[in-house]
Amino acid sequence: MADENVISVLDPEVKSEVSNNGYELVHSKSPLFYDLYERKSELKHQTHYCPGCGHGVAHKLIAEALQELKLQDKTIFVSPVGCSVFAYCYFDVGNVQVAHGRAPASATAIKRSCPDKIVISYQGDGDLAAIGTAEIVHAANRGEKITVFFVNNGIYGMTGGQMAPTTLVGQKSTTSPWGRRPANEGFPLHMAELLATLEAPAYIERVALSDNKNIMKARRAIRKALELQRDGAGFSFVEILSPCPTIWSKDPVEARRWVLENMTPIFPLNVFRDRRPEIPVGKEPPQRTVADVLEIAPKDRALAPAALKHAHRFKDVKIKIAGFGGQGVLLLGQLLIEMGMREALEVSWLPSYGPEMRSGSAHCHVCLSKERIGSPLVSCPDVLVAMNEFSLRKFAHEVENGGLILYNGASIPADFAAPGTQVVAIPAAEIADKLGSTKATNIVMMGALLEETECLAPGTALSVLEDKVKKLDLLEIDRKALTAGRLFIDDQAHIGAVSQPDGFA
Amino acid sequence: MAEQARGKVAVDVEECKGCGLCVESCPPKCLKLGPELNSYGAHPAHYSGRDCTGCGICFYCCPEPGAITVYRIKTKGKFVAATQGAEHAPAL
Amino acid sequence: MRQLCKGNVAVVKGAILAGCRAYYGYPITPASEIAESAALYFPQVGGTFLQAESEVAAINMVYGAAAAGTRVMTGSSGPGVSLMQEGMSYLAGAELPCVIVDVMRGGPGLGNIAPEQSDYFAMVKGGGHGNYRNIVLAPASVQEMADLTMLAFDLADKYRNPVVVLTDGFVGQMMEPLDLEDREIRLPEKPWAVQGTPETRANLVSSIYLETDELEDHQRRMEAKYMRAQQAEPRYEVCHTEDAEVLLVGYGIVSRVLLSTAEALRQEGVKAGLFRPITLWPFPSQALAKAAAKVEKFVVVELSNGQMVEDVRLALNGKVPVEFYGRVGGNVPSVAELQHQVLTRLAVAV
Repeated sequence: MADENVISVLDPEVKSEVSNNGYELVHSKSPLFYDLYERKSELKHQTHYCPGCGHGVAHKLIAEALQELKLQDKTIFVSPVGCSVFAYCYFDVGNVQVAHGRAPASATAIKRSCPDKIVISYQGDGDLAAIGTAEIVHAANRGEKITVFFVNNGIYGMTGGQMAPTTLVGQKSTTSPWGRRPANEGFPLHMAELLATLEAPAYIERVALSDNKNIMKARRAIRKALELQRDGAGFSFVEILSPCPTIWSKDPVEARRWVLENMTPIFPLNVFRDRRPEIPVGKEPPQRTVADVLEIAPKDRALAPAALKHAHRFKDVKIKIAGFGGQGVLLLGQLLIEMGMREALEVSWLPSYGPEMRSGSAHCHVCLSKERIGSPLVSCPDVLVAMNEFSLRKFAHEVENGGLILYNGASIPADFAAPGTQVVAIPAAEIADKLGSTKATNIVMMGALLEETECLAPGTALSVLEDKVKKLDLLEIDRKALTAGRLFIDDQAHIGAVSQPDGFA
Repeated sequence: MAEQARGKVAVDVEECKGCGLCVESCPPKCLKLGPELNSYGAHPAHYSGRDCTGCGICFYCCPEPGAITVYRIKTKGKFVAATQGAEHAPAL
Repeated sequence: MRQLCKGNVAVVKGAILAGCRAYYGYPITPASEIAESAALYFPQVGGTFLQAESEVAAINMVYGAAAAGTRVMTGSSGPGVSLMQEGMSYLAGAELPCVIVDVMRGGPGLGNIAPEQSDYFAMVKGGGHGNYRNIVLAPASVQEMADLTMLAFDLADKYRNPVVVLTDGFVGQMMEPLDLEDREIRLPEKPWAVQGTPETRANLVSSIYLETDELEDHQRRMEAKYMRAQQAEPRYEVCHTEDAEVLLVGYGIVSRVLLSTAEALRQEGVKAGLFRPITLWPFPSQALAKAAAKVEKFVVVELSNGQMVEDVRLALNGKVPVEFYGRVGGNVPSVAELQHQVLTRLAVAV
């Protein structure tokens, strides 16, 4: 019980008595408690707990363990919502009070912010087993290196006696006036057993403040849980069956006996887990500098735009690229704006991430401009790249008067007409297929687009492909596809120049 | 002078809430609730003055952090200091 | 040197440059790239990334990390942020700094994943219980997604309060050039934090004030800091307002469309200008009222059924007529559409 390093600050007048009668101190108020409970608004010399309340006993056992393990200066205590919401009035450690049921979540983040400190989540049964069920299950399942003390008195105390998930069958409460009926309210929830089905927890025990022997066992369990956290063993959990005389409307002695005679048969006292989890050592993330991770090139070797010499004969160009998911529609748009940025243009790319993307079709909006881009949404494209007939028919009517439609298809569908626009059909898929991969279909279209509009330089396209396409064999096909697209436009499609207000040929 | 008891208990009558758990738990039954009322209207616990073994059960059963203080006779050398975690079995 | 970046990713890059080293979140379209890039980047710079079991857990993890003095953030969309409202009230009440990104989508309920601006009330007026404010910033470009996230961390620490980066699905999903500068991170001292050390042992992070006078004093102190923010922190941008007769007001993606609209209207001889709030709280009311002096009419456009327009009307106090046009359900108006809407609201019928 007492050991040599239990040095308590004694009240002055008591000390004298010790010295002359040969008695020495063995148990007194732990230094883990504040001398005076300043944070209480009144009766600052005693706790707010009711006479005979189990919380007081649990507090003392925790305080003693923290003192003996010399953890006071390393401990962060998380107070829940419930009768023990005011635990921060008593423990002279770092204190954080959190929302109802969320202590395991907050404790998770506190521990991850202060990995070498001791983090305690102290909770009641409404807090942990009702509103906070998800938080406790997942904190345990992640094996958070925290210690959870779960005080189970089978009732909501602070709010005045409502039923808890651990209320016994037949037990009356203000919200189970005829006693808990499983038909309506289900059965008591066994948190220790439930958490013991999880891989990660290191230590799970249920104890009871029901009689002398069990209180001493609870003392050992509480101390062990904190030792395990001190030694980094993993998630530790102690469920503490506890009397609630006031709400159970029993006198303290009856209430404590009720825990022994009524609760322990339903909530058996047992060690449900006592072994460190084997955590497989996975690949650790590489540690890099911020500049490296965020790809911030140092000032001196900023990449100079590849082909500044290319004259952009436009104020801005709005392109819509549409097709099926998997046809490289979004990628083609990203390649174009990468090129535009390298040619010191203002650029924007906006994907249709909407439901269409789930139903297979995808399109994106690309803006290239010499000035600040207003709306990134292209409602009237100068160029429509339609990767299939569905997209051709869906978006052709949007194209500006005098605009260009590049259609990936053998020929323009017979019944299709897009007055005021120039439509070019190009069998890009077949071309790409012959070159070795239909994946390059979008690059063939890009070759055609650049040749027809001259909006960006082929040289820039090449340098972007070389940077972005990692697989060398695909890169080789892409190079050929770019040229094939360009040649297709030059050789086969004899297109007259279509004058445009902004000189775009 | 009656033979000195091995232990002794001091009760802070203003922190004690008169719950009676120490009285119930004390193995040698040497604690009882006093007849007088403290300023909160509770009958505080009192040590009868004899038979206390200093086992400390009352301290662990009492929910109030500072209500009970337990002393034990310092015997020359014979006093086996409870080493870390070793259980000094209370006289039950 | 510019790099191409998606809006949602730029948020995380800005956060890392601001010294944020903890991300707790939950997947939701259209904000998932925030969590994904945080999962990829944070652990590589010694930070913590954790996908929580719900947004409720996530915001309470943010609470824990903030209580321990860490710069911490989370990102979500409407439905997730709704789950975070209680946590945000606790964060404000406990005066804890953090950054919450809301990439708004179509609501209410499940709605859809297309962009909307209908969380304005929930974020700017505060959707949680009790008297508190969120500082709310509204980026309208990928660059601002990074810059305003950095600003958000500074304001969060300066006022010890949650800061919301309020954007929408388009700005989040859009890619634009992003200019980033590696800079030395100077984190402010947080003597109030709880860190399991002798120096912080006496600290308490809590939002409980059982005594009514104490809670009133607490709220008066909070109110005082909000008033300081209202004086010091309003930010906005104006374009083409020197001779503007009609002032278009919008934020985020809508302000982009309005910029094009104003320019298109000017080509038709209508002197239109743009007023773009960057801070939605504190709302730039004084600047708006000043701009009203030379303007005949305001047209407010939102992807909602009219939420920010109320703050515009409050700011102008009836001095100038305020018209409203809104699209919802994820529809984003085109420039032509807004041109037409503005013209029909002006005396000049074209």
